[in-house]
Amino acid sequence: MASLDYEKLGLMVGLEIHQQLDTSRKLFCRCPTRMVDEEGGVFERTLRPTQSELGEVDVAAYFEWRRRRRYRYQSPTPSSCLVEDDEEPPHEISREAVAIALAVAKALGARPVDEIHVMRKIVIDGSNTTGFQRTAIVAMGGSLDDEDGKVRIQTICVEEDAARKIEEKGRTVVYRLDRLGIPLIEIATGPDIHTPEQAQRVALKIGQILRLTGKAKRGLGTIRQDLNVSIRGGTKTEIKGVQKLELIAKVVEYEALRQLRLLEIRDELRRRGVAEDMLDTPIVDLTKIFRETKSRVIRRALSSGGRVLGLKLPGFAGLLGREVQPGRRFGTELADYARFWGGVGGLFHSDELPAYGITGEEVARVREALGAGEGDAFVLVADREEKAREALKAVLERARWALRGIPPETRAANPDGTTRYMRPQPGAARMYPETDTPPLEVDENLLKEAEKYVPEPPEVKLKRFTEEHGLSRDLAEQVLRDIRLDLYEHLVDRYGDKVPPTVIASTITSTLKALRGEGVPLENLEDHHIEDAIALVAKGAVAKEAIPEILAYLAKNPEAKAEEAAEKLGLTKLTPQQVEEIVSRIVEENRQAILERGERAMGLIMGRAMAVLRGKADGKLVARIVREKIAEMLGKT
Amino acid sequence: MEDPLHGYGGEVRRVLEELGLRVGDRVRVVRGGEVYEGILMPRYALAGKQIIVVKLDNGYNVGVKWEPGVRVERAEKPRQGARRGMLSAEVVFPPPRMAEDKPPVSIISTGGTIASRVEYETGAVRPAISSEDLVHIVPEITETARIEADILYSIFSEDMTPKHWEGIVEAVAEKFRKGARGVVVTHGTDTMGYTAAALSFAFRSLPGPVALVGSQRSSDRPSSDAAFNLRAAVLVAAQAPFAEAVVVMHGETGDTYALAHRGTKVRKMHTSRRDAFQSINAPPLARVYPDEQRIEIIDGRYREPGELEVENGFDDKVALVKMYPGITGEVIDMFVDKGYHGLVLEGTGLGHFPNSTIKAIERAVEEGLAVVMTSQCLFGRVNMNVYSTGRRLLAAGVIPGDDMLPETAYVKLSWILARTRDPGEVRRLMLTNLAGEMNPRHTLELYPRWYHG
Ligand SMILES: [Zn+2]
Repeated sequence: MASLDYEKLGLMVGLEIHQQLDTSRKLFCRCPTRMVDEEGGVFERTLRPTQSELGEVDVAAYFEWRRRRRYRYQSPTPSSCLVEDDEEPPHEISREAVAIALAVAKALGARPVDEIHVMRKIVIDGSNTTGFQRTAIVAMGGSLDDEDGKVRIQTICVEEDAARKIEEKGRTVVYRLDRLGIPLIEIATGPDIHTPEQAQRVALKIGQILRLTGKAKRGLGTIRQDLNVSIRGGTKTEIKGVQKLELIAKVVEYEALRQLRLLEIRDELRRRGVAEDMLDTPIVDLTKIFRETKSRVIRRALSSGGRVLGLKLPGFAGLLGREVQPGRRFGTELADYARFWGGVGGLFHSDELPAYGITGEEVARVREALGAGEGDAFVLVADREEKAREALKAVLERARWALRGIPPETRAANPDGTTRYMRPQPGAARMYPETDTPPLEVDENLLKEAEKYVPEPPEVKLKRFTEEHGLSRDLAEQVLRDIRLDLYEHLVDRYGDKVPPTVIASTITSTLKALRGEGVPLENLEDHHIEDAIALVAKGAVAKEAIPEILAYLAKNPEAKAEEAAEKLGLTKLTPQQVEEIVSRIVEENRQAILERGERAMGLIMGRAMAVLRGKADGKLVARIVREKIAEMLGKT
Repeated sequence: MEDPLHGYGGEVRRVLEELGLRVGDRVRVVRGGEVYEGILMPRYALAGKQIIVVKLDNGYNVGVKWEPGVRVERAEKPRQGARRGMLSAEVVFPPPRMAEDKPPVSIISTGGTIASRVEYETGAVRPAISSEDLVHIVPEITETARIEADILYSIFSEDMTPKHWEGIVEAVAEKFRKGARGVVVTHGTDTMGYTAAALSFAFRSLPGPVALVGSQRSSDRPSSDAAFNLRAAVLVAAQAPFAEAVVVMHGETGDTYALAHRGTKVRKMHTSRRDAFQSINAPPLARVYPDEQRIEIIDGRYREPGELEVENGFDDKVALVKMYPGITGEVIDMFVDKGYHGLVLEGTGLGHFPNSTIKAIERAVEEGLAVVMTSQCLFGRVNMNVYSTGRRLLAAGVIPGDDMLPETAYVKLSWILARTRDPGEVRRLMLTNLAGEMNPRHTLELYPRWYHG
């Protein structure tokens, strides 16, 4: 795919970064912010859309309710209490979380609000037992410097993380409540980002500032990005749940592409003279055409009492098959609407037929029944009549939007960077005050508490790492960019006098990278594993060369201790006498070679010695002994 | 009329008033280079602080401090670009179908917000004001019954008095006279147990069930228990075989079943849990499954439907006095001197008050007060023959309350004293099981198993 000219497209991207905080308690209760392996007590609930004054309810919430969705909650006692169970009102907001957010605000030059008001933001998927997420603005304004221009910060919020989804069985969704209520900080930028790469870079920089507070959690799922993307003439589209930083650029690129393709489809429709009033086509029952069909999908629908309904899309021929994102066609977009609004499994469209057991003859009869000519497209849905009808109504409405441009949507990111329609963008009926907790005044005391989390500016850190820790500029920059930056600082603080900071730095940067390359399951590796390995070096129990092997072992056996790993792997450091014995033996075994090559045999002997001693003895020590022993042998003769 | 600047005082109020601003108006506050524009919100907390609450266009509320130099001005409404199309983010619940062939059930509302809508801008909760409203909010109840709904009171449950019980009894009686199969009374949860007991005594016989219902999570939240409880209560009113006043609330923390508790045996046992209501010293009457429209009887000893017989009226000169170490006779004397007619004592253990108070209690009985003993243990029954203090209290004329809940004994005494002040008759009625308020048999399973690690 030719790369897009984003300047010409007028690409505008805003980010929402959500980062879990490592606070001593959850945002609105006294539970620790820790995930657990047990299920705990289990209970089942339903959620019900709340009505506005006009009797309106959120459509996605309404559908979930109409589908009689049930939520089964696991409430493990080490990490959840009656507050997460929605059986006790929230406690006062965690001052620690607010202080961390205020520290981040300061780092970004944002202005704290004078009083923090907690809001309820309706969520519809059961991931919050209350049916809403508690969220509050802590600061507004500020900006982030980027080489492609300043990126404004709109809001800095603290909010509750959602429960984690365990599984989905039929109409029951199972959640565990350990994650619910862990504080998140949410940073929303203005739409000031203009290329996919910039989006990814800005996300990285914001993540870095968050980690520099020393209070950001690490690990899978602890940081999440939402994106708002539009191009000129397009529409701001919300994209939810990009879990991996590396995916951001791709998601932005694909969304720009999608909007571009949809605008092209619009222009093509206009060229063809298609107008909105032509899209008033009736929904037609085509069941009798498919009485004898070979299509399994349709046969299954019919045998359970369903119907086949069809809809003509005048002037749309060829457009439904057009790709809008890799592997996703305009027809796929229509199918998403049919699924969401009608609750059907999917649809067939004329650009993909005949296929799926639907014959050319059936297609011809459908065209006839719908009065669809060469230039027209059609879609078919086979399901219970009411569902099929709702699905096709939504398809028709979406097709009308094709003439206007791009409908305002909330989309979900797929693992490959493409996106799918999730729901219409939520309206105003989504946020209302949380009356169970009083507002919190941002006073001098709170601002003073925040001071201890204000991150040191990256330039200052860089200087300290190079001048005080003795890192090369390159290594210092790598550490600064690394997700374990705070661990590095902690380890240098603690072990820096015994283990050179360069060793600690290269352990968390290049060693881990190399291990990942070897397929070691790094996701199991936690801070304490790395700390234990470094501590072992500091104690002199193993040589620094042993670190990679110990970490690889711990990643594969996360329950093991570092000492255990060192012993199992035979990496426990040898005493100088033991090293001398081994070297003597090797030198003796290679007498011939040494006598032939003289001092040039150093490299050979060193290589053979290290093959035995790697990780068990310090390289420098081995080299010294090898040199002595060779000299000794040469001197004797 | 409500204060148009609710919660604002001092200098900030003057500034807002000068601009003619009211809550709900659009306002712009400029402070320290930051512009806060949105809707002026009412202020509920810390009224003394000079803070303006603004709802921003992104939906969030923020508090902005007012001080000299901060600019406050009226702002223009932004142009509404929002389209209300078919694919918009909000829908209106489809109107319910009222089935004529369902049993008629009346819903009497006394307060609380069991069915309500939320004004998203201010967060204000507006209760349903008519049958139509109610069935729009919980349309499922029309699948169970033909609903007619009225508002009797709009008061907090802590503000209920015996006068209100009388009003509720009359309203319920009226619904039965007009042919209701059952009646649902919505009620705040704090004193719902007392009202349930009051109805239990006032209706000597009922043509159908009276189901009191409330919610522990208000109905402006998606997770509210209100709709579930209301559906269960309507099911009880429409189908239950018993004809008693019962409390219908969540049976466990999940949304699986509700319980119907006998009005004289039920007590709110938790401040916030959905399953706060429990039967004490007796099993609940029934499990109620609103999703499956099924009622499972737990205790078959219930009152069957009969003719409507009402004996309304409660004496409000009755008090409930809790014993605490250090209590003196003065507390008892005070009620005697104020002309009270009866006292329910909530004693310790098997039914004890300090020996130092016995003189005062004797005097109360001599002055014509009925004095009833219950236990603050709640579980178990009083027995005043075991220890000498108990025997002395009995000798002083105290009436033992058996296994009655202190609250139920209080309501019962209030009801009896409105019928008779004759000490012998009061004693006889207090010792008679009038509405299932006493359970002569306590078995092992009636006492909950607590967590022991
Ligand atoms: Zn908790």
